[in-house]
Amino acid sequence: MFDGREPIYLQIADRIRAEVLDGSLQEGDQVKSTTQYATTYRINPATAAKAFAELVDEGVLHKRRGIGMFVSDGARDQLLAARRERFFAEVVDPVATEAQVLGIPIAQVVARLHEVEAARAAAHGEERS
Amino acid sequence: MSFAVRAEGLTVRYGRTTALEDVTLELAPGTVHGLLGRNGSGKTTLLQTLAAFRRPSEGRVLVDGEDPWENPRVTQGVCLVRESGDVLTDLRMRDNLAYYEGIRPHFDRELAGRLMDTFELDPARKPSKLSRGKKSAFGVVVGLASRAELTIFDEVHLGMDAPSRFAFYDALMADYVEHPRTIVLSSHLIDEVQRLLEGVVILDHGRVLLSEEAESLRARGVSITGPRDAVEQLVEGRTVLRRQHLGRTTQVMLDGALSTEERTQAERLGLETGPVDLQSLFVHLTERTTEGATR
Repeated sequence: MFDGREPIYLQIADRIRAEVLDGSLQEGDQVKSTTQYATTYRINPATAAKAFAELVDEGVLHKRRGIGMFVSDGARDQLLAARRERFFAEVVDPVATEAQVLGIPIAQVVARLHEVEAARAAAHGEERS
Repeated sequence: MSFAVRAEGLTVRYGRTTALEDVTLELAPGTVHGLLGRNGSGKTTLLQTLAAFRRPSEGRVLVDGEDPWENPRVTQGVCLVRESGDVLTDLRMRDNLAYYEGIRPHFDRELAGRLMDTFELDPARKPSKLSRGKKSAFGVVVGLASRAELTIFDEVHLGMDAPSRFAFYDALMADYVEHPRTIVLSSHLIDEVQRLLEGVVILDHGRVLLSEEAESLRARGVSITGPRDAVEQLVEGRTVLRRQHLGRTTQVMLDGALSTEERTQAERLGLETGPVDLQSLFVHLTERTTEGATR
């Protein structure tokens, strides 16, 4: 379940973010309680509470007193915007650096991306037909 | 319903041996604490002193604000379970449970019954007739069902097989979230118990090596891998717990997280950084002090 390296509260927070992004958690949905986290995953409830606190600060979750934690309106858009920003810094920029180290022209990298996209579109089309 | 624990300058000697030396620490009430340390580090002595099985040679301990020694109000709320149970070995387990129900004000008979089933313990048998692991499991039953304000499990996992240990962790968490209380868990199985903990105390040679929140401890160590010169440049002046060389590649384990500047520098130097798990951090922190002591 948790890989034992990163602090667990970060892993819990990441998982909830991922579930909001892929739609398995919808805006307005209730998330598992700290008690459920503690008993399901054998973790200290304070650890889950710490993850929730971080997500509340980010505006992804909000607390309804006496009921529990819920996914906030606009949480998905907000996470998407943050992810897109990070995508360029963490994924695209290192590709440019690595390509330069390996002596691959950027145009070739771009061409490859177009190929991948075309192949994917074709596969998608077949699936539909 | 939860006891806070304080030790102030606590020293315990047995004849010429000093088991604990000038230990000062605080355990927050209502929290699960892990007590870690190598064999002979003083864990059991500390736990016995908290449970008023021993008296300090110097300094003092306070449990719920009072000295626990010959203090019935406090001791009735402190439950220490050691390996192989700490129960009345020649009484049937059924009678053991009745006895503990009499002396523990918050004892939950129903929970005790459920846990007896979980660990497949027959109430008609005597603890003296059980295997080591089953004795420990019965200690767990008494320890959890007592719902003491300060519940201490000292190496209680010894002899328990993996399924029983995980059943123990499950039962502990399930009952703790329903009835929060101060719990101290001493164990060598750091990987297994670390997620249950909110606080961690590491004892080494009778002293407190560290006392920290478990989660910040998990973020505390960092490993750095890359060409030797670049690694050495980055870690100059830092506390290195471990250094390994493989050809021209060096890997070091640092005590303490990287600052933002160090992180940027590591990236610029093309170094790989990663977290260090609690078990390795523990091994190398206690190894280092052993080396220091022998030099």
